[in-house]
Amino acid sequence: MDILELQNISKNIRRDIIDMVYNAKSGHPGGSLSCTDILVAIFHARMNLNLDENGNRIDKFILSKGHCAPAYYAVLASKGFIPHQDLITLRKIDSYLEGHPTNKINGVDVSSGSLGQGLSVANGMAIAKKLDKADGKVYCLLGDGEIEEGQIWEACMTANKYKLNNVIAFLDYNGLQIDGNIIDVKSVDNLKEKFEAFGWHVQEIDGHDFEQILKAIDNTEDSKKPNMIIAKTIKGKGISFMENNASWHGKAPNDEEYKIAIEELSK
Amino acid sequence: MKSTRKAYGEFLVDIGSNKDVVVLDADLATATKTDMFKKKYPQRHIDVGIAEQDLVGTACGLALSGKTVFASTFAMFMAGRAYDQVRNTAAYSHVNVNLCATHAGVMVGEDGPTHQCIEDVALMNVIPTMKILSPADDISTKKILSLCMQEDGPKYVRLGRSDVEDIYDNTYEFKIGGSHTFGDGEDGTIFAYGPTVSIALEAQKELEQNGKYVRVVDLYSIKPVDKEAILKCAKETEKLISIEDHSIIGGIGSIISNILCEEYPKKLEKVGIPDTFGKSGSAKEVYKYFGLTKENIISKF
Repeated sequence: MDILELQNISKNIRRDIIDMVYNAKSGHPGGSLSCTDILVAIFHARMNLNLDENGNRIDKFILSKGHCAPAYYAVLASKGFIPHQDLITLRKIDSYLEGHPTNKINGVDVSSGSLGQGLSVANGMAIAKKLDKADGKVYCLLGDGEIEEGQIWEACMTANKYKLNNVIAFLDYNGLQIDGNIIDVKSVDNLKEKFEAFGWHVQEIDGHDFEQILKAIDNTEDSKKPNMIIAKTIKGKGISFMENNASWHGKAPNDEEYKIAIEELSK
Repeated sequence: MKSTRKAYGEFLVDIGSNKDVVVLDADLATATKTDMFKKKYPQRHIDVGIAEQDLVGTACGLALSGKTVFASTFAMFMAGRAYDQVRNTAAYSHVNVNLCATHAGVMVGEDGPTHQCIEDVALMNVIPTMKILSPADDISTKKILSLCMQEDGPKYVRLGRSDVEDIYDNTYEFKIGGSHTFGDGEDGTIFAYGPTVSIALEAQKELEQNGKYVRVVDLYSIKPVDKEAILKCAKETEKLISIEDHSIIGGIGSIISNILCEEYPKKLEKVGIPDTFGKSGSAKEVYKYFGLTKENIISKF
């Protein structure tokens, strides 16, 4: 699949995200838009979504930053796991598309939403693969605010101890969290050095550049260590008034904002 | 005599030849007795260090990959430290994982209140779909753990530190949602689980010598609980007492009270830890301090 195709898919996903959050009148557009290109690259260009002889998906994916469910659901729909027309039922009382991912949804392996928990689950899946001498990677998407949770660092040590080079974690480094800049809220800095000190193979990339995302995934092939890809992103990417604005972490656009957003995405 | 944690360790060794079995610990393997499994099957013993939240998450990842998973730490850290992980990752995802928490209750003894978890039954009981099991001796521990291997979803198995008397032989059968009633007296019923079952049985024996005939019900399946057995005893016997190594708030006494309140209003006297923290001392002394003794039970009749 070439880069142009991936970019087009991303554009459609972003439109879905805006549609979903607008119709739900709540949700998390900022982080969903920042991680869209990463998700599209993983699901459309790299993940092996087939099942092995035991019924386990060969490659696994865990959305640890569960509030970016709109992006996740839209990508799952784009891969045929859920019907596309269901997306706008997000967060409705009669919908199965809960506000945060639940593994009752086809394609979702574990529920998430309470931050900090996904990397440990990814490690467990990666250890199972090692014990079974099974192929496949375990992808995990983390938020940069999310790594303020201590469990992430517990999991980083476990991944190092068990040399889980089959774990590929992405850090959606958009620099913002609900209360403002991550650097102001909890001095989240020196990320490369931090993860390297915890024994990880760390790469820094532009999280909206498909070539860089795909190359970073391919670079993990010979890695002997768990892999952290720090992807510099823009919160609210693709919608001018949402970009780099923390207030769009968790609110829906009004009618006028919705119209502008869809127009911008149609360009 | 044997502690239920030791019985757990022996059980793990017994089933260890099954290559799907994976055991996890958080730097307490010698205390939780998972070290017995580790010695024989080191490759399938995962120690995540002092990181209980990571313990539960990693255990879930293995279980979601089809492994038969037993994860252990002290009850305080499983039910307390990792509560969010148990609720949101294990239970909400309906993960087939066995959370085997040792050192439950004030039976911990000398380490004192920070390590004496008297809230775990209450905490686990309010988590939707969670099953709670608390064996009273060696054989029931092994039989209940076998049941857990067949049972889908998250399970919390409450195990103790100190040695407890043998109660059961191999002829007894156990089931999720079951209980065992000892005796058919009509003067009263003593509801118990875990280490208080043998205390209740001793009290029953002495009461009989005094001409009082009571039943003892081992409610080893705390959730789902054997409602029928509780109501049967409420209807057929006079005085009702519950005794547990747990807070009387949210423990088995509360669970029984809820059932009685809705179906057969009747007074229940709760013996357990009142609304207070535990206490350092030997397990025996601490049990005496909180009235978890046969003498205290006998004084109620």
